[in-house]
Amino acid sequence: MDTFSTLIQVLDSTLRLATPLLLACLAGLFSERSGIFDIGLEAKMLVSAFFSAAFAYTTGSVWIGLMAGVAASIVFAGIHGIASITFRGNQLISGVALNFLASGMTVLIAQSWFHQGGRTPSLMGGARFEGVELPFAIGPTEAAETGRPLNPLIAEAGPLQQLYSELISGHSILVYIALLAVPATWWVLYRTRFGLRLRAVGENPAAVDTAGISVVGLRYSSMIIVGVLCGLAGAYLATGLQAGFVKDMTAGRGYIALAALIFAKWRPWHALGACLLFGLLQALALRTDVVEALFPFKMPVQLLDSMPYILTVVILAGFVGKAIPPRAGGQPYVKER
Amino acid sequence: MDAMPKWADMLLVPLISLLLAMVISALVILGIGEDPWAALKLMVQGSFGSTYGWGYTLFYATNFIFTGLAFAVASHAAMFNIGSEGQATLGGLGVALVCLALPWPHWTVALVAAMAGGALFGAAWAFLPAWLAARRGSHIVITTIMFNFIGLAVLNYMLVNVMRPEGSMDPASAKFPDSTNLPSLHDILALVGIPFSKTAPANVAFLVALVACVLVWLLLWRTRFGFELRAFGKSESAAVYAGISPTKIIVVAMLISGGLSGLMAVNNVMGEAERLVLNSVEGAGFIGIAVALMGRNHPLGVLLAAILFGFLYQGGAELALWTSIPRELIVVIQGLVILFTGALDNMVRMPIERFFLWRRRNAQAGE
Amino acid sequence: MGDQAPAIELRGISKAFGPVQANKDISLSVAKGAIHGIIGENGAGKSTLMSILYGFYKADRGEILINGQETQIPDSQAAIAAGIGMVFQHFKLVENFTVLENVVLGAEEGALLRTTMSNARKHLTEIAEEYEMDVDPDAVIEEIGVGMQQRVEILKSLYREAEILILDEPTGVLTPAEADHLFRILRGLRDEGKTIILITHKLREIMDVTDTVSVMRRGEMTATVKTAETSPEALAELMVGRKVLLRVDKKPAQPGRTVLKVDNLKVVDDDKVERLKGISLEVRAGEILGIAGVSGNGQSELLRVLGGIERATGQVEINGQQIDLTGRHSDGRSRRERGIAHVPEDRQRAGLIMDFAAWENIVFGYQWDPTYNNGWLMDNAGIREETEGKMERFDVRPPHAHLEAKSFSGGNQQKLVLAREIERNPDLLLVGQPTRGVDIGAIEFIHQRIVDLRDAGKAILLVSVELDEIMGLSDRIAVMFDGKIMGERLPGETNEGELGLLMAGVTNGGSA
Repeated sequence: MDTFSTLIQVLDSTLRLATPLLLACLAGLFSERSGIFDIGLEAKMLVSAFFSAAFAYTTGSVWIGLMAGVAASIVFAGIHGIASITFRGNQLISGVALNFLASGMTVLIAQSWFHQGGRTPSLMGGARFEGVELPFAIGPTEAAETGRPLNPLIAEAGPLQQLYSELISGHSILVYIALLAVPATWWVLYRTRFGLRLRAVGENPAAVDTAGISVVGLRYSSMIIVGVLCGLAGAYLATGLQAGFVKDMTAGRGYIALAALIFAKWRPWHALGACLLFGLLQALALRTDVVEALFPFKMPVQLLDSMPYILTVVILAGFVGKAIPPRAGGQPYVKER
Repeated sequence: MDAMPKWADMLLVPLISLLLAMVISALVILGIGEDPWAALKLMVQGSFGSTYGWGYTLFYATNFIFTGLAFAVASHAAMFNIGSEGQATLGGLGVALVCLALPWPHWTVALVAAMAGGALFGAAWAFLPAWLAARRGSHIVITTIMFNFIGLAVLNYMLVNVMRPEGSMDPASAKFPDSTNLPSLHDILALVGIPFSKTAPANVAFLVALVACVLVWLLLWRTRFGFELRAFGKSESAAVYAGISPTKIIVVAMLISGGLSGLMAVNNVMGEAERLVLNSVEGAGFIGIAVALMGRNHPLGVLLAAILFGFLYQGGAELALWTSIPRELIVVIQGLVILFTGALDNMVRMPIERFFLWRRRNAQAGE
Repeated sequence: MGDQAPAIELRGISKAFGPVQANKDISLSVAKGAIHGIIGENGAGKSTLMSILYGFYKADRGEILINGQETQIPDSQAAIAAGIGMVFQHFKLVENFTVLENVVLGAEEGALLRTTMSNARKHLTEIAEEYEMDVDPDAVIEEIGVGMQQRVEILKSLYREAEILILDEPTGVLTPAEADHLFRILRGLRDEGKTIILITHKLREIMDVTDTVSVMRRGEMTATVKTAETSPEALAELMVGRKVLLRVDKKPAQPGRTVLKVDNLKVVDDDKVERLKGISLEVRAGEILGIAGVSGNGQSELLRVLGGIERATGQVEINGQQIDLTGRHSDGRSRRERGIAHVPEDRQRAGLIMDFAAWENIVFGYQWDPTYNNGWLMDNAGIREETEGKMERFDVRPPHAHLEAKSFSGGNQQKLVLAREIERNPDLLLVGQPTRGVDIGAIEFIHQRIVDLRDAGKAILLVSVELDEIMGLSDRIAVMFDGKIMGERLPGETNEGELGLLMAGVTNGGSA
């Protein structure tokens, strides 16, 4: 196998693995920019993963699954909102609680619904997100026309076409949505009234309140956005990246997304960079052959696995530029004179 | 003047929270087509109905006492140590290394050495997050979460690459020598003539946990260091004014917290499994948060809450065994208990406060 | 003005927080186009009343009339719509936003920012010119001074076309010169027909700038008078409800040996800003050195360095012995061991642990002292016993050692701190803002205790932003401005005018 196609394969899987991270990371960005800490990204992704898979399987439509997943995720975001906005509870504790709740509930419901040991049956056909074939890319259509398998077809093409067909084209629609969400987030944050108010409420809710804007309303709106984005992330996990729900399938991605958010210092474009980096690390951990070729010494796969966490600690330690979170983050807003 | 009497704050609020969590859990059980009342009876029967049940309940409770105390000590210093899981994982590594290092002559010697090993490793795993929080202002919650994952990777590496006996495919250490096996509650109670289940895993570590409760109480409310720790936890600016070093408090409190988490391994690794396996902590670190929250960060409260969670664990296991309710039900109940006692505390508290205010006003009006 | 409806009329406003009645049946009428002062002690209910007017709190009873119309003000939005603007004591600005963004926030024209921003820039410049408040719309809030920030707050209200402007203790953070500038702006606004409510506890400001003044005491409105027809003494009496001694009764000082000697003290903060720029001073046994100045000019840093909280360079001697200012052991404890006691400026954030019982607070800062422990364990029973004596001698009410600090009133909290620090019998007492947020009865008691300590031959360094307090207590006065000491005066040979100029950085030779 030549280096070029290996590189493309690794980058291709980087993009796919980065997608749920990116969606969750942007969710975290909206949440923390509005002043609500959220260590329950994991929970929302997980409930969405389950409900999207369950509904996609039952109805045969991945789109209905997606909507169910997003709805479940919004419900969880709403509970977090009730605890941390309305009842001014501890946002960290609420996050921990919801993570437990999601982890237990998904398996519980899966078991009583499908009786398959806490998982959903495998999804097939319309119950999964298929790759989107971009114009001019070599994809399944070409393979069907020529009657040949896809891989050699791509391998024969020129390097640019290989890059285009393999890396850019052929992903599920959610991958492109995630990528588009980055400029969209930037635009909302810095070019709209909502974004101005959102950034303000995360820095000084009293300023927002005295300006006659509802702090509660703003924070709940951001919770809804969080719910939608996490919902997309979870649905992608169960119906795009994999074919069905299994117990705890988010596997700490919510925390990696949080790490990426800190790494990106709460900025949208940097979030894309951080998530691609962490996606690359995950992709490499799956390709031991590439890792062995890359490093002159024996690289323990566990080290690769924990790289995102280690990098985040380094960033938090402030040795590589200080990470300053939104000032009002984590504190419930109480009216004061 | 406080709105409600102390007993209401210490007892009424957590009990109502617990009740709410239980009611919703019952609804969940109903929702999956089972009978909640029967389930509760089965749980109580399974965890308290026999010495076998008690043995399991107390075994789980021992884990939770350690992690609950760990969270409570850190909490009093205003540190949200969410890293018990990782610290207990590393504690397991410490205990295993000690148990496998020497041919220990007697379990008592091995226990003391293993406690030292477990506490040391657990504390070591809390040190870097603590130091970073104290000197670099890093957010302790995020760093300890990260250290949970890094800790798991370290354990994985050690078990797969270093400690796995030759020829074994299992990512687990060799079995500890017999001389390190701890006496079970059966053995201990037999000394005073009380019959107790032979197969239940509760062991002498439970007594260690009880001693730990007393020592933590002494530390927090009787010692000078405890005074300074609580003062710092209530107000950092005031502590600095008083000449209390934040670095010292943060680091020492977290070392004690990590050490307590690490001590848990004496129970689950040394006392029960008698070898080190990958997922030996099984979320006990996180349950410590719930236990400390319910127990209002007081050792006595932690002890009671730990037994409650021990009951949930053992009862849940029994449910999974005899009904079609999966074990994950206890994870749901845990989540609900943390949600109601921790995050939704004000939801429960506000109506109660209002009730006491109303009662007081009526009493005044009546005079 | 005559038959015009008043800009604001309040009828029978009442508000309780739990068992505390903050406002009792308050009626008030504010004429259009006037500057109306509201004066009262801390806790008299002024801020609560204004917060009700701005929709922050909801009154339990009573009605609000704006321009003769009954108006409901359930939230700030309604207040803004009714033409009310408020400048809070603690500014409500987003620190990392620009001036323009702060002004626009909440008053945007549409969902997108582009047109809002360019229109707002134009409009803001117009308003700023009209009222002579020059601000840079693109300056970031955290990089401009407090005087400028306050102007941004006023501009925020004007941008929203407020006709009624409420200012809550606006001069607390300003130099006398900045305060005068503010008053010029306020007069200008009045002349344009705006109505202004000025809340303050400073009599001088009321006399200087208001047309009418209302006095509040213990949640009640006790009087409303024309400023021209009253006097500071009469207002003070109305505020307190009895005749007040504005002067402290004390004998001339008998200064002895030098207790504290400070030489060329410098502090640089985390942002590399020099907060103390070479302070030198001396305090002798049996005298009170008062440090006057507008807050934020280095007085806090001076206290913090001497109290061991902050690091510094330079030299400090106590009883002729050098103090370590930078080492590992330069902390509050090492200072206390040298006989320095410290009553901090902010008792709630520093002096006390609000959640601790009185008996725990009475040893707070001295918990290491062998009197209170046997090395490891605290002697809790002994401490409780000692606490009762201290509470009695300092008249702390209620005298219950088990009560948490937060359940005492401000004055009693301060007495608790003073009991702890004074009864250590220190050689030097550092005391910052001793009577901030303290009721008048307790003020006299606290002042007397400080003077008693002086008469016992101890050295006292007093920092206060209240010029009256400095003038009344000090044997010598040093004025600080911008991290430097501008000059020293004797209280008998100076006056508020001269000190005010020094506080603004103006010396005889001109501006510093």
